[in-house]
Amino acid sequence: MPEKPRLTRQAMCDRLAMEFQDGWIVNLGVGMPTLCSNYVDPDKSLVFHSENGAIGYGPLAPPETADRHLVNAGGQQVTPLPGMAIVHHADSFALIRKGMVDVTVMGAYEVAENGDFANWRIPNRKGGGIGGAMDLAACAKRVFIALEHTTREGQSRLLTRCTLPITSPGVVKLVVTDLGLFAVTPQGFTLREHAPGFTAAEIQECTEARLTIADDLREFRFRAQT
Amino acid sequence: MKNKLYPTFDAAVADIPDGSVFMSAGFGGVGVPRNILAALHRQGAKGLTGISNNGGTLDPKVDVGTLIAAGQVKKMYCAFTAATHPSQVTPFVRMYNNDEIDAELVPQGTLAERIRAAAAGIGAFYTPASVGTELAAGKEQRDINGRRYVLEYPLHADYAFVRAWKADTFGNLIFRLTQRNFNPIMAMAARITVVEVENDIVAAGELDPDHVHVPGVYVDRLVRIPPDGIWD
Repeated sequence: MPEKPRLTRQAMCDRLAMEFQDGWIVNLGVGMPTLCSNYVDPDKSLVFHSENGAIGYGPLAPPETADRHLVNAGGQQVTPLPGMAIVHHADSFALIRKGMVDVTVMGAYEVAENGDFANWRIPNRKGGGIGGAMDLAACAKRVFIALEHTTREGQSRLLTRCTLPITSPGVVKLVVTDLGLFAVTPQGFTLREHAPGFTAAEIQECTEARLTIADDLREFRFRAQT
Repeated sequence: MKNKLYPTFDAAVADIPDGSVFMSAGFGGVGVPRNILAALHRQGAKGLTGISNNGGTLDPKVDVGTLIAAGQVKKMYCAFTAATHPSQVTPFVRMYNNDEIDAELVPQGTLAERIRAAAAGIGAFYTPASVGTELAAGKEQRDINGRRYVLEYPLHADYAFVRAWKADTFGNLIFRLTQRNFNPIMAMAARITVVEVENDIVAAGELDPDHVHVPGVYVDRLVRIPPDGIWD
């Protein structure tokens, strides 16, 4: 595979955030998915939920106005928005299990064409870091995954079946990688948008799973220039 | 009225015996009962079992990891038993990998609900979290209205360590913003609840009953964090 520039993490997360609909309750995983909150669409009002019980929090807080009692799931200080509410941890997960979260965005090590994904344990290592991922994955209305298309060694992270212990079976709906946007359908991965400069054939070449090419395949959509 | 006010953190943890089971609240560095944990570290109780979101962080602040690193804890129940990033290997993770401490990995929502179940007198509950994963292996499962659930049991404890924003002398507690996290459910779940308070403890009757998050009947020991105590 020629070394061509791939999509940035921000572009990947912008693209997932474009799928959010007005009024959705959104839970962003720690790490790359938090970049989704940098994409602001004035026509959509979103409710950001974090595992520690903040419902309706706002952007990261500048140090001078940060409140030491208000953090997101990654422990970053955030700002309150009008209408924010706070619950305790058990109620926060009650909201999750009831299915109130419209979308959860998570990172992953692997995602499979049957909608399985793995993001809590790596090979030959004892234990894992689950956090709230299993609860969210099992119960959110939609699971979106953002991940690099290939490992550092060039191995595909989009697989026929996960090789690592999974976080939840059959739940992933949409995947963004640094090579494009993929829907997960009963037929497997469908390539909907390709990174600029990459053909569908080149993307398939980097992918262990078989890709269906969308009839309306198009170039990856970026945030409108402001 | 029973006096719940303790003069120092050392006094509030002095009688905690070896082998006790404790819960310690806090999330993202907020609402962590650092003064109580520091006192228990000084007190030196051993063979403890801990229930907490994680086994401590890499920052030098006192947390559950302080007790773990000192060899006071034999087992943890928590939502993280591995580093979330290779640069984040805590003493807990290193000891777990070396089989120097036991741990049970629990999805965070299941952890919270198991604590809440203990606080609510629930014998067990079914949750959809972890279905189809190796964490559900060997657990009782059941299909209810077309969906599969895993049976999970309550987590009880001898002691809960809690940090509150405000309290009165009866032990009524109020938390501020995401300081709340695991604090109320742990305060209500354990046999003996020890609380560190960020503001002056007021007389009973001064807190609005409608604003109380944890009723004082659950609370046993209160210590006001002194100015030279551990704050953030």
